[in-house]
Amino acid sequence: MARKENNTQETDTTARGITRRTALKTAGALVGAGIAGVPAVFTRPAAAQSAGSKPIKIGFMVHRTGIGAVYGRWYERTTIAAVKLINQMGGIAGRPVELVTEDDGTDPKRGAEVVEKLAVQHKVDFVYGTLFSHVVIASAPRAAELKIPLFVASEGYHVPSGTLNRWVFQPGITDVRSQVTAITGWVMKNLGKKVAMIYPDYAFGYDHRDFFGGAVKQKGGNVLAQLPIPPTEASFTKYFARIPADTEVIYHVMVGPAVLTFVKEMGEHFGSKRPQIFGFIDSLEGVDIASPGLEFLEGTFFWEGLPRYAGEYPTPYERFFRKSAGVNADGASIQDPKDVSTYAHMFSCWETLFVIKQAVEQSGYENPTPQDYKALIETLENFRWFNEGIEHPQGHKKFIGRLHQSFGQQFISEVKNRKLKVVHRTKIEDSIYASDVDYTKQAL
Amino acid sequence: MSFGPHLFLALLEGTVTAFVLALIALGLSLVFGVMRIVNIAHGEFFMLGAVLAWSCSMLVGGGAFMGFAVALVVGPLIVGALAVAADGLILRRINYQPESTIVATIGLLYIIQQLVLTFFGADARPVAPPIYFRVVFPWFGYSGYKLIVAGVSGLLLLGTWLAMSKTKLGLYMRATQQDAEMAQAFGVPVRRVYAKAFALGAMLAAVAGVLVVPIQQAHYLMGLDPLLLSFIVVIIGGLGSLKGTMVAAFVVGISDGVVSVFFSPTLAKIVATLLVAAVLVLRPGGLFGEEGS
Repeated sequence: MARKENNTQETDTTARGITRRTALKTAGALVGAGIAGVPAVFTRPAAAQSAGSKPIKIGFMVHRTGIGAVYGRWYERTTIAAVKLINQMGGIAGRPVELVTEDDGTDPKRGAEVVEKLAVQHKVDFVYGTLFSHVVIASAPRAAELKIPLFVASEGYHVPSGTLNRWVFQPGITDVRSQVTAITGWVMKNLGKKVAMIYPDYAFGYDHRDFFGGAVKQKGGNVLAQLPIPPTEASFTKYFARIPADTEVIYHVMVGPAVLTFVKEMGEHFGSKRPQIFGFIDSLEGVDIASPGLEFLEGTFFWEGLPRYAGEYPTPYERFFRKSAGVNADGASIQDPKDVSTYAHMFSCWETLFVIKQAVEQSGYENPTPQDYKALIETLENFRWFNEGIEHPQGHKKFIGRLHQSFGQQFISEVKNRKLKVVHRTKIEDSIYASDVDYTKQAL
Repeated sequence: MSFGPHLFLALLEGTVTAFVLALIALGLSLVFGVMRIVNIAHGEFFMLGAVLAWSCSMLVGGGAFMGFAVALVVGPLIVGALAVAADGLILRRINYQPESTIVATIGLLYIIQQLVLTFFGADARPVAPPIYFRVVFPWFGYSGYKLIVAGVSGLLLLGTWLAMSKTKLGLYMRATQQDAEMAQAFGVPVRRVYAKAFALGAMLAAVAGVLVVPIQQAHYLMGLDPLLLSFIVVIIGGLGSLKGTMVAAFVVGISDGVVSVFFSPTLAKIVATLLVAAVLVLRPGGLFGEEGS
C-alpha cells in the first residue's frame, strides 16, 4: 500500500473529533452488532485482500501456565475474538492476520526466550500480548536487541517510566501510575486518609506502593503500613496482623493463584469490624464475588478498568465487545458461568490489536525490514488519540507518543448485593501525570 | 495490635503450619529412612491430594462435607496406588540407587506436574471447607477450619506413630531402616516393605493436600513450597528420624509463624535456611539423626 494514500487517514484518526468516516463505521457497527454479530460495514469482501497476499504474523506471548494463567486464558480468548473480527473486516492492510501463540509460563526468563523464538524461528512481524510486569521487563531488552516491536498489555508503569526501550508500546491500557493518580483523590475524600497498603512483592506492586503511597502523602494523608506479599504466597493471615488498629482504609492489590484465599482470610481476620476497604479488582480477577466467605466485601470498593457487570458502562461498543469475547452479563464465560473472566483488564488485548492494525495501515508497513519498522514506530509515536468505538470499547484514549502509553478513563465500583456497581468514573485528565520521558530520542 | 494478641496470632498460625508440615515431612522422612532414597516428587503427591479433593468436590453430590469426606479417603488411596506403581515401574528397576533415584524422582515430579497441568489446567481451584465457622477472639477473627486442620493432622500423626510402633508393618519398616540385608535374612519381605513405605509416605503428603485445599485452593504448582520446607525439616530433624522430623516441624513451623507475623515471611525463610546451615555445621546428622550419617 502506497504511503501517500495514508496521510489522509492519519489526520482523521489523530483528530479528536468524530469524522464522517468514523461516524459511518460506527453507525454500521451499531446496526451490525445487534443483528449479525459482525458489523456489516466492517466486513469487506475477501476479494479486497490482494490476491496471494501473505499473512501478517503476530507473535502472541501468553501466560497459559504459571501464576498468570487465569489472565492468560482470557487474554487468549479476547485475542482470538479480535483477530477473527479483524480478519472479517478484511485483515490488516488487506492481509489476513495469523496468530502464532507461545506460552511464556508467566516466567521472566522464558519471556525473553519466547520473544526470540517468535522473532527468529517463526519470523513474526510483531510480538504482542504479555502482561505480568516481571515478564515484560525481562522480555523488552530482547525485543530491542532483535529490533522487533513488542506490544504489551501489561498496565505496568515500566513502559511510560522510560525503563524499557523504543521498541515497546502499551497502547491498549492505562498504566498503574495513571490509574492510581486518577483514583487517589476519590479514595481519600470518600474513604479516609490513614491508609495501610497490601501489594505484590515485585515491580507491579512497587508501582502501587510508590505512586499511591506518594500521592496519599502529597494530598495530606498518611500511609501507616506497607505490606509487600510474594505473589506465590499461599497464606495471608500473618500479614493482616500488621495492619495498625487506627487504619481508616485498607488498599489492596494482589495477583496470583491465591487471590481468593487472600480476600477470604482478610474477611476472617476483620469480620464486620473492618476499616474501609479499597481494592484493585486484580485481587478478584477470575473470582466470583458471590463466592462463600466473601460476604464481608459488601460495601467495599474496587478499581475496575472496565466494569465486570453488564449495564454498568452501557455503550453499544461495550456490549459488542462483551459478546465477542464470550462473556455473560455477570462477567463470566457464556459457556461456563463458573469461569469468571478478567474483564477489567482483557479489553487491552482487543484494543492493542486494533492499534497495531491502524499503525500498519497508516505507516505502509509491509515487511519486517528496518525501514518498515521505523515507519511503523514513528507512525505510532505520532498517534494522539483513539476514539471510543468498536476498536476501543473501554472508552476514548489519549496517547502520548513519547511515552509509548495510552491514558483512559477508570472506574470505581462498590460491592452491592454481591455485584459491582459503578459509583465513580474518572476523566482522562485525572490520570495524566507530568513526565519528561521521551522514547523518540532513542536511536532505532 | 498489641503485643499479646499479636503473639497469640503468630503462635496460632505457627501451630497450624507446624501440624501440616509435620504430616508432609513425616512422609518424606519415612521414605528416606526405610528406602534410603530422596524423593524429590514428594511435593507433587501433596499437590495430587489437593487436586483429587477438588475433583471429589465436583463429582460427589451431597454438599461440601460429603465431597470432602470422600476425598479424605479416596485421595490418599489413589495417590498411594500411584506411588506403588512408581515404585514398581521406576525405583525398583534402578535398584534404589541413591543418585539414580534423585534423577528419577525429579522426572516423576515433572511428569505429575505436567499431567495435572494438561488435564486439570493452570487455574487455582477453590474447594469449600467441610465445616466453616469463624472463631472470634476479642482482637481478631480466625478461621475455625484451620484449627480443625491442626486437630486432624495431630490425630493422623498419632495414628502413624502407633502404626510404626505397634503393628507388624511398622516393625518390618523399622527393621528395614536399621539394616535392610539383615531384615531380609530374617524373612522381612524388604521389596514389599519398600513399596508400602513409599505408598505410606505419599499418602501422608496426599492427606495433607486434602486437608489444606479448603484453605489454599488446588493449583498445579502448589507442591514446590512444601517440598522445600519438608527438606528443611527433615534435614534439621535428622534424615530418617521420625522423632526428629516431628520436633523439627514444630521448630520450623512455629518460628516461621512468629517471624513472619512479627517481621516478614521472607525473613522466616532465611531463618529456616540458616537453621539448616547451623545444624549441618554443628550436628551433620541432624538433631536426632544417626551421628555422622
